[in-house]
Parts: sequence; C-alpha cells; structure tokens
Amino acid sequence: MSTNAQKKGFGATLWDFLTTVDHKKIAILYMIAGGFFFLVGGLEAMFIRIQLAVPNNDFVGAGLYNEILTMHGTTMIFLAAMPLLFGFMNAVMPLQIGARDVAFPFVNALGFWLFFFGGVFLNLSWFLGGAPDAGWTSYASLSLASEGHGVDFYLLGLQISGAGTLMGGINFLVTIINMRAPGMTYMRMPLFTWTTFVASALILFAFPALTVGIFLLMFDRLFGSNFFVTAAGGNTVIWEHLFWIFGHPEVYILVLPAFGIFSEIIPVFSRKRLFGYSSMVFATVLIGFLGFMVWAHHMFTVGLGPIANAIFAVATMAIAVPTGIKIFNWLFTMWGGSIKFTTPMHYAVAFIPTFLLGGVTGVMLAAAAADYQYHDTYFVVAHFHYVIVGGVVFAVLAGTQFYWPKMFGTMLNEALGKITFWLFFIGFHLTFFIQHFLGLWGMPRRVFTFIEGQGFETANLVSTIGAFFMAVATVVLLINIIITSIKNEKVGNDPWGDGRTLEWAIPSPPPFYNFKQLPLVRGLDPLWIEKMEGKKGMTPAEPLGDIHMPNNSFTPFVISFGLFVAAFGAMYRLDYNWGLPVLILGMAITFGSMFYRSVKDDHGFHIHKEELTDDNDKGVKA
Amino acid sequence: MHAEEKMTLEKWPAAPEKQTLEGKNKFVGFWLFLGGETVLFASLFATYLALKDKVPNPEHALAKDLFEIPLAFLMTMLLLTSSLTSVYAMYHMKNFEFKKMQLWLGITVLLGLGFLGCEIYEFNHYVHEYHHTFTSSAFGSAFYTLVGFHGGHVVFGLSWIILLMARNAKRGLSLYNAPKFYLASLYWHFIDVVWVFIFSVVYLMGMVG
Repeated sequence: MSTNAQKKGFGATLWDFLTTVDHKKIAILYMIAGGFFFLVGGLEAMFIRIQLAVPNNDFVGAGLYNEILTMHGTTMIFLAAMPLLFGFMNAVMPLQIGARDVAFPFVNALGFWLFFFGGVFLNLSWFLGGAPDAGWTSYASLSLASEGHGVDFYLLGLQISGAGTLMGGINFLVTIINMRAPGMTYMRMPLFTWTTFVASALILFAFPALTVGIFLLMFDRLFGSNFFVTAAGGNTVIWEHLFWIFGHPEVYILVLPAFGIFSEIIPVFSRKRLFGYSSMVFATVLIGFLGFMVWAHHMFTVGLGPIANAIFAVATMAIAVPTGIKIFNWLFTMWGGSIKFTTPMHYAVAFIPTFLLGGVTGVMLAAAAADYQYHDTYFVVAHFHYVIVGGVVFAVLAGTQFYWPKMFGTMLNEALGKITFWLFFIGFHLTFFIQHFLGLWGMPRRVFTFIEGQGFETANLVSTIGAFFMAVATVVLLINIIITSIKNEKVGNDPWGDGRTLEWAIPSPPPFYNFKQLPLVRGLDPLWIEKMEGKKGMTPAEPLGDIHMPNNSFTPFVISFGLFVAAFGAMYRLDYNWGLPVLILGMAITFGSMFYRSVKDDHGFHIHKEELTDDNDKGVKA
Repeated sequence: MHAEEKMTLEKWPAAPEKQTLEGKNKFVGFWLFLGGETVLFASLFATYLALKDKVPNPEHALAKDLFEIPLAFLMTMLLLTSSLTSVYAMYHMKNFEFKKMQLWLGITVLLGLGFLGCEIYEFNHYVHEYHHTFTSSAFGSAFYTLVGFHGGHVVFGLSWIILLMARNAKRGLSLYNAPKFYLASLYWHFIDVVWVFIFSVVYLMGMVG
C-alpha cells in the first residue's frame, strides 16, 4: 500500500500539516512561515529605502518610520532568517546523519507552532494600535518610555517564539548525539550537520539570557517592577548586557548554518571533497566558543572602561582567525576542482568575497577606539548587512535552489535562478556598499530623514535603487517557484548528479520513514565513497524490519495557541477587565494540553516490513 | 526491549531510564535543558547582584535588615533532605520496588511543600513587616524575581512528581515511565542546587555584606 499515491483533499492536507510531527513536513512549514515573514520584512525594508531615497521625504512619518525600522530588524532576525535556517536543518540534517526522524518529533512540532504564534502575535501589532518602535535591540530606557502596546507585542511575541527556538535547539542537539546511523562518527558528519550542532548549542546557552532580559522588561512594563527604572535603583545597562549576551551568539547562530550550507554546495559542484575537513570542524567549534566572549563589543561607547573594552576588542579580532581558516578552505576546495557553475554555486562563489568584506569591516569595528567614530552610523548598518545578507540570505537562497529537489521532488528552473542571483547580487552591493561611505561621511543610523546639502543625496538614492533590484530578484524567485510547482517534473535520488552525502541516496522527496534500512556509513561523504566503488547506493546496516514511527498530534498547536491567548490577556490586563480572565484562560489551555499530553500514553506505531517491501516494488515499477 | 512490555524483577535492567531510544533521548535532552536553565539562573543571579540594596530612598529595607538565618537554614534543610529522599526513590526504582519508590517520592513532595510554605511565610513577612515588595525598589524586583523563579520551579517540580505518582499509581513501573520518574528527580536535584546558590549568594552574602 502506497500512501504517497493517494490524492488528498485540501482539508485533509491542512489537517495533516497542523498535526504533523514529521521533520520533513515541519521543514516545509518553517519554509512557508519564514518565507512569508521574509517578504514582510523585505517590504518594510523597501519602505525604509523609499523614505530615504530623497532628502526631507515624507513618504512615512518619523513615528511610523521607527516602527517600520524596528519591525524590519526584529522580523528579519527572529521570524525570517532563523526559521528559514531551521527549515533547512529540519529538512536535511536528519537525512545527512541517516536518521528516521529527529529525537523529539512532538517537541519539534511544538517548537514550530510556538515560533509561528509568536511571530503572528508580534505582527498583529500593526493592526492593534501600532508596532514596537524601540529598535530591534529595544534598549530599556527607550522601550520603557515607548507609549502604547508596541513594545509589549515585541516582548510577548519574542518570548513565545524564543521558547520554540530553544526547544528546536535542544532537539537538534539530541538528534545529532543519539540518532546517527551506524558508522556515522562525529568526524564523518557533513559540515551542515556540524554547524547545526554548534548553532544549536549556541541557542541552548544564549536564548535563556534573552528570556530573562525579556522577562525583566516585561515585568517593568506590565507588572510595575523597577529593574530599569533608575529612580527606584534600577540600571538600564543590565538590559544591554543580557540582550547582547544573547545577541552576539545569535549572529553566529545565523551564520554558522549558512557556512554549513556553502560547505555542502562547494564540494558538490567542485566535485572534490571539502578541503581541510577537520580544520573546518575545529573552526566552527572555535567560532561558537568565541561567540560568547565578545558581547560587550556592542557596548564600547557605554563606558565600561578601557580594560573591558580592550579585552573585548582583542577577543573579537580573534574570531577573524577561524573565519579566515574557513575562507581559505572553501577556496582550496574549489582549487583544481572540476567546477560546475550552477545557481547554488553562483551564490557560494559570490558569498566568499561579500562575506570577507563584512568580516574586514567587523575587524575595523572591533578596534574600540575607532568604534567611537563608527558607532551608530551607516557604517555599522553596512557591516551587518554584509555579514547577514551576504552570509545568511545568500545561503538561504542558495540552499533553496540546492535542496528544493530533495524537499519537493522537482528542480527549480536554473535560468530563472541565475537571473535571481544576478539581480540580487548586483542589488545587494548597490544598496549596501555605498552605506559604508555614508557612515564614514557621518550619516547616523535609524534617522527617518536627512536634509539637503550634507552630501548624502546621491549615495542614498543609489542605495534605494539597489534595494529595488533585490525586490525584483525576489519576485523572480517567486515566479520560479510557481512555474516549477506547476510543471512538477519529478527527479530521482541525486538530481545534481554529484551528491556526496546521505540525503542524496534516498528518493526525492524521501518517504516519511526516510530510510527503509539504516545505511552503513564507511567514511566522510558516504554516498561518494559508494559511487567511487561503482555501487548505486548505500549498503544497508540492518536487515529489513518493522519501523517504529511517532503518531501525529494536534496538541503542539493547542499548547502554543494557549500562550498566544494568554499573551493578549497579559498585555491588556491593565486596560480592560477581560485581560486577567483571558490570561488565566490562555494559561489553562496551555497547561491543560500539557497535562493531557502527559497522562495520555503515546507509544507511536509500527510500519510492518511487508508494507515496506510492497512500497519498494511499486517505486521500482514507476 | 519494548517500552510497553510488562516488566518483572528478573527482566528489569540496571539502567531502566536509558533502556529505550526514547529514554536515551530524554536523558540527554533533559541534561541539555538543565544547561540552558543554568544560564537562565546565572542571568538572574547577575541581575540580583547588580541590583542588591539598590533602593529609591534611605528608609527602604536593605538585605541586612531583612534576612534571618534560622528561617533560611530551615528551608535549606527541608530542600536538601528532599533531594536525599528523591535519591532513595530512584534507588528503589532501579530495584523495581514500585511501592517504596512511591513512598519516598511522597516524602519528597511533603518536604517540598514544607519548603514552599516557609517561602510563602517569608515573602508575606517581608511585604507586611518591611514594605519590601516587588514594586518598591529595584532591589525588591530583583529579589522576588530570583527567589520567585526558584519558587516557581519548586511548584512545577512538585506538580510534576505528584502527576507522575497519580498517573502510574495503579500500573507500576515500566520502561515507558521509568525515564519520566528519573527526569523528574533530576529536575528536583537541579532545583536543590540552585537553592544552594540562593542560600549562599542571597542570604549568607546578604547577612555579611
């Protein structure tokens, strides 16, 4: 009996996605939700650039500009970049280590729905009295003074989605520790798995600091405490510390998986094994470690003193060393390879110099004395867009093109993909390269307009034109996705022809149990090893047997929905009588469904091996 | 061995909490979760130390006015003893002695409730005798947040243990619920360790500094 062959109605498909605990479907959910928020954040970016295109513009007012700016940063970091990367981690990592699912499929679904409801809650602020306007960093003195409920939406929304991210991180860690296929030792894991591992460890140790920071600010705003109220003995610098103890590891949480995606793409299309694999692993772990040692470089101008600044400056510059190791390893992987310039490879090649520029300005900013000049200017804006767009967004676009066939069983159009690449690449540098100079010329960041005659006109106009190139590139990508989905030409296990790792050894998209028999891994790039010995696929490590699978569940959705309801109650508690009952109702829904989950046994189910053999026969005939 | 299998003393393995893949995953995952919890409490401790005795006016009570060692000592003893009784419970779990495990878990819960009662008395005392409240000063906010987060963990831990005891009362031990009992006791130990730090950093340091 083949489950894939049955055509399901829309309602059944929707219910399937609402209750799924399958990592591949959760990956698709992450991609859809993350992609949607990416478009929202992109739209906000366009509004910013339109407003700044000409001096004294009145496209949006100062207050609305603050809201757009805050939401652009918050959305892009928490609701677009992280979920899109989580999508790839879910889609690819379990396949790369030869696992049938993640360690905690139920928690995986819960993590997604928490992120989703947190993101929806945050964005509802646009329709319910105004969005947060204290910047994505939400510094305490500013966010305490912010009127209305905007900042409350930020706090409660991020608290909910942050809990989901933490669960996702723990889940990936345990999956990688416990669920690797026979022979898949740590030092045979693909680089994307390694970067997922280290990024998840960073999530585990960084997000609780944000949780605490958000709690303190929420208590101050909604429950009358005095953590950041200086008149009552409070101290606003505590927020800055807590935020950046989370915030700096966060940039590595984003960029390490991006490094991982490129470390998969470059060997495949250079048709060579990754140069310096063990030094790549070492560099990844070292970046993760150093990532926790440098948070105060965001606070050089706070006045922590010359010794603290010097220590954090040196630690920051030290990160350039492992990053440099990675850059050289990617170059040496390509060196002497027989390179195929596919769309993913275009992004990979463009990523190296782009990210290098971001790294160089990073070292410039790390020099504490010089930072007093760069601080809060467009130079900083240019720097972090070079690392985040040049690193993470390029990787997400490359990964979309690269893993699309594995996720959906059909290839995105290469010609359109290259058009997207060139438009995006040119648009990106047009937008952000000039912003280095805007910053050095003295334009401060976060301002809603500028006046004529200061020499900012041309550069800002150029920057805005670049942004439109990126917008068109995104539209082309969407067209590509639609055309590809309509055509839906099915591809085989290894559509790029040069796959090296386990995910390319199974059908595209994989069956819901991934591996009928767990594969035997005999070294780094296991599929490549088998190909070089003339074999078609992996050697199984176990006889054909029953497969244990988890049951679908609607409970994760309900748990998350309860917190979504409770957040409204907490926020409107002081304004309306219904606030407190709604808060209690929401918590009751959440804890009640946790109680239900706890007392009801869920043993999962078994797929019998007879069904597996049948499935295989059909697959061969088709 | 399957999680649903009916168990006997002869079949009961040495480490029942790690016998199934699910149990192994929970074991590793929960240790990692406790790593994250450590960062959470570290952040709260740092905040408390930064805001200790930071009050809006000289009349406001300070740490040295508030804390009394006898009560804090009693609470410490209650919680430390409850950690010991939960170890006894796990010892009996490993020996497949369900009734004795339930008994020791029950004693753990009683000690935990005793701790909670002391904490409620203590907070009530500070609020009414010293006007030291959550909103009266930054010191008050930091104190009640740190100690209150710990108290919240105690409430959650107690509810968890009681729920497990009630749910499994009639059906005894299996490889399905052994990891659940084990993790609840691990959580209880973690709460105890955090309290040791609260006793040292909040109460002892509050008395001397």
